[in-house]
Amino acid sequence: MSLFVKNIFRFMLFILVQVYILNQIPPLHQFITPYLYFLFILWLPFSISRFGLLLVAFLLGITLDYFLGTPGLHAAPCVLIAYLRPFLINILISQEGAELNYAEPSIKSMGFAPYGLYVLVFTFIHHFYLVLIEWLSFGNFIYFLGKVTATTGISLLLIFISEMMFFRKQKFRTNTA
Amino acid sequence: MRNIFIFIRRYFTFLCFITLQIICIVFLVNFNTTHEAVYAGVANEVTGSVNTEFNKVQNYFHLRENNRLLLDENTRLKNMLGINFESPDTTKQAIIDSIYRDTTGRQRKFIWLPAKVVNNSVSSQLNYITLHRGSAQGIKKDMAVVGPQGTVGVVIDVSENYSKVMSMLHQNSIVSAMLKKNAISGKINWTGEDPRYVTLNNIPKTTALKRGDTVVTSQYSSTFPPNIMVGTVEEVKKDPASNYFIIKVKTATDFYTLEYVNVVENAQLTEQRKLEQAPVKNQ
Repeated sequence: MSLFVKNIFRFMLFILVQVYILNQIPPLHQFITPYLYFLFILWLPFSISRFGLLLVAFLLGITLDYFLGTPGLHAAPCVLIAYLRPFLINILISQEGAELNYAEPSIKSMGFAPYGLYVLVFTFIHHFYLVLIEWLSFGNFIYFLGKVTATTGISLLLIFISEMMFFRKQKFRTNTA
Repeated sequence: MRNIFIFIRRYFTFLCFITLQIICIVFLVNFNTTHEAVYAGVANEVTGSVNTEFNKVQNYFHLRENNRLLLDENTRLKNMLGINFESPDTTKQAIIDSIYRDTTGRQRKFIWLPAKVVNNSVSSQLNYITLHRGSAQGIKKDMAVVGPQGTVGVVIDVSENYSKVMSMLHQNSIVSAMLKKNAISGKINWTGEDPRYVTLNNIPKTTALKRGDTVVTSQYSSTFPPNIMVGTVEEVKKDPASNYFIIKVKTATDFYTLEYVNVVENAQLTEQRKLEQAPVKNQ
């Protein structure tokens, strides 16, 4: 399956899972809303252009917003993490030329610690920005902090589970063969 | 001029990023201040049809609960039937059907229409409900939505076959309500914290209140019919800054398991609004 088709399927799957499974779960606590859909952006291939990345992220966010009836709310954090992604990848890639040898970011292509940091940073940024604009009135600071922390925690757990469940096989590509 | 082009090419990604962010914020701000969906019509139809498909599956899991609710409501309504009451003399039996004016000269004010809930949220700060019934089936903006257990929300947007309801669990939602026992009226709104509770404001501190008192919609509400159940008083707090109570009300409606609702049209709303908005002439 080509990278393009694979990502289209992923796009639909992430949206459907987010809307019809994660958003249907009765809230465990007022702080916790499980989010997973933005993992799609983190999994996009290295080779995508920076402008393309921004557009795809905007599309993902706005599609989710269509379903949830909150135009712009999820699109804004998506665009933010898509903009920051190339910078962090440049810093974190430890192996020489890993972005040329592997298709997309994963534990195998980046190493466990850098990939973990990559996921942690973007999960935090996403939730921080999302909760910030959701709670623009800023009435209760404890609520804001609590929701960012709890939601980040639950998202990391979900991402960990999905990484374990859907282990992505990554082919090592060289340009010598 | 050349320098401008060089600048744009150099910071192309950054400029795109800023533009997209601005678009997002504009969507968000426009939507929240006016409650008019920026992209209503088509979007509602598309996501609505996906929601319908999903809902067919989801409904199956709630059958038992829904049967119970419908049964409860049927029993309640059957108890109200004229046939249950018998008077000693031979007065005419009052039958109210869907005509606007009955034989005793009363005008119909509220019309109830059934609708199915196809999408529902409780977890956000701004919760909306989508109904599978739209302008083609007689839904208009500003109609009230009432569930089998109590009030649910107000219609804010309508497409051809779907309509979007601002749930009572929405930070901008205001419902005019009163205490059933002494008809003192106040406003219901939501603090955004717990989907099981709403807040009743504007009840003066002189009112005698107890936990468990019933709160119903008031007759000042132009959208909701009066005396529809809103909830029961759960906790009463005194607002030190004003002369009013802050009352925590447990909603009668269970927003987690909403399946079927009634949409209520106030047939005389336009006339009332027109009169209220007309500039006062002599004063």
